[in-house]
Amino acid sequence: MTTQSPERVRPAPIKAVPVRRTGQWISAALVVAVLAALGWSIATNENLQWSVVGQYLFDSSILKGAVTTVELTVLSMLLGILLGIVLAVMRLSANPVLRTVSAGYLWFFRGTPVLVQIVLWFNLALVFPRLGFGSLSVDTNSVISAFGAALLALTLNEGAYMAEIVRGGILSVDQGQTEAAHALGLTGARTMRRIVLPQAMRVIVPPTGNEVVTMLKTTSLLAVIGAEELFTNAQKIGARDFTVFPLLLVACFWYLVLTSVLTLVQSKLERRFARGTSHGAPAGPGALQRMFAGRMLRSPEGGAA
Amino acid sequence: MTGTTMVKAENVHKSFGQVDVLKGIDLEVANGEVFCLLGPSGSGKSTFLRCINHLERIDAGRLSVDGKLIGYKEIAGKLHEMHEREVAAQRRDIGMVFQRFNLFPHMTALENVMEAPVQVRGESKAAARERGLALLDRVGLGDRAGNYPAQLSGGQQQRVAIARALAMQPKLMLFDEPTSALDPELVGEVLDVMKDLAREGMTMIVVTHEIGFAREVADTVVFMDGGVVVESGKPAEVIGNPQHARTKAFLSKVL
Repeated sequence: MTTQSPERVRPAPIKAVPVRRTGQWISAALVVAVLAALGWSIATNENLQWSVVGQYLFDSSILKGAVTTVELTVLSMLLGILLGIVLAVMRLSANPVLRTVSAGYLWFFRGTPVLVQIVLWFNLALVFPRLGFGSLSVDTNSVISAFGAALLALTLNEGAYMAEIVRGGILSVDQGQTEAAHALGLTGARTMRRIVLPQAMRVIVPPTGNEVVTMLKTTSLLAVIGAEELFTNAQKIGARDFTVFPLLLVACFWYLVLTSVLTLVQSKLERRFARGTSHGAPAGPGALQRMFAGRMLRSPEGGAA
Repeated sequence: MTGTTMVKAENVHKSFGQVDVLKGIDLEVANGEVFCLLGPSGSGKSTFLRCINHLERIDAGRLSVDGKLIGYKEIAGKLHEMHEREVAAQRRDIGMVFQRFNLFPHMTALENVMEAPVQVRGESKAAARERGLALLDRVGLGDRAGNYPAQLSGGQQQRVAIARALAMQPKLMLFDEPTSALDPELVGEVLDVMKDLAREGMTMIVVTHEIGFAREVADTVVFMDGGVVVESGKPAEVIGNPQHARTKAFLSKVL
């Protein structure tokens, strides 16, 4: 028989003595020993007051604070993203006035610490006791509560950072896409909304996920204005009962829970937006793409959407 | 080939910084004509094509399509720049096909074809879908309507791009090296679609390196080099019996 048989015969795999990894075992033993010693000293330390940690872990004030933290994170991120898109489009526009306004905004809000900005908005009443014009004005303090000041400060600050992320995403889209849209007679605004932004999402989503996690932790700065989020409430209880350290551990616990959940969501989202880019079978337009595309066409027969 | 003038270029100049790309182009394309631009890379032929739908603005001269200046209005003998909306309105009637297809990757083939009729002309989705499917059928891709560009071969993508341009029912089609990015075995299917289009009387300006296509389909062939028109005429004259040394040198390399 000269013709090859269609089934290939697999050769027996190599059997060899593996390299000894003595260093690996020694280092693992060392790490375990150090961690065990540390864990023992923490677990048995009277000053940590573990019973207090357990007592306040699900305290209603702590849980309420955690909810406020999540609310502030979600709201300021959503508003910050919208503001960021507007600023990015302004930055890339042909209109020099819009470009300058956007650049000036970024210069101020990225150039001053967010902690200072938070205190600044909270104290707005010191400079402008009343907001509005003439008789149509309201008491500033009645509008800018701690929550309001917090939301304002975080949104305005986040807008500046999101603007740079969105701008990077827009610039990552091939120039040929814009040319093709223009050649079809689409105006600049429509080209941005229908063609460029949906494609920019793939580049925008991963750093935006990081921004959400950062934002969640940044809300702890709001303790300086007593915004009644997680850290404020934990500190309040700690100061009242002289249980500062255990309450810090309670705060850490909830921050870790929340950031872990966000990280999981982020990796899911990233996988979703990466689909189709490397394997040639794009997923249908995602929820975020739909958000920007507005009136999305219904998926045709056999469409993957 | 009789009839009115579709494109008229008079002394068109264009430079990018210090580089003069077009140094006085005078050309006239008649209604229904198939017009092929040949020439070495850097000769300015693609730039000239892009000037016709104002993707590039010309620095000097006059350029008009169907009797209307492109990108400018003439009011009382004075030129006024057009507003973005007016430029967009002019482009509706001029289809363009790009070397790199430039299909919208986040839309299916059918959605690509429907996009401009729905968004620009305000056509109903049902009508646009029906016409879109018919157009995809016409370029031989009726069964790929639901596929995304990444799931199509280069030749198929370019045929979708042609259908997308035709969906706006243009009076003029511009082709910018439509087969240069294709594997050799896929060139034929795109050229076939273009030949059909020429046969149906579409006015076409084609920048190409496909000498065979130019010889077979073109009514007029123009050879450009260094930003000027070196030679123009019937394919039999320019390709079959070139008069200028530069044309001869170019053709000897590509034939």
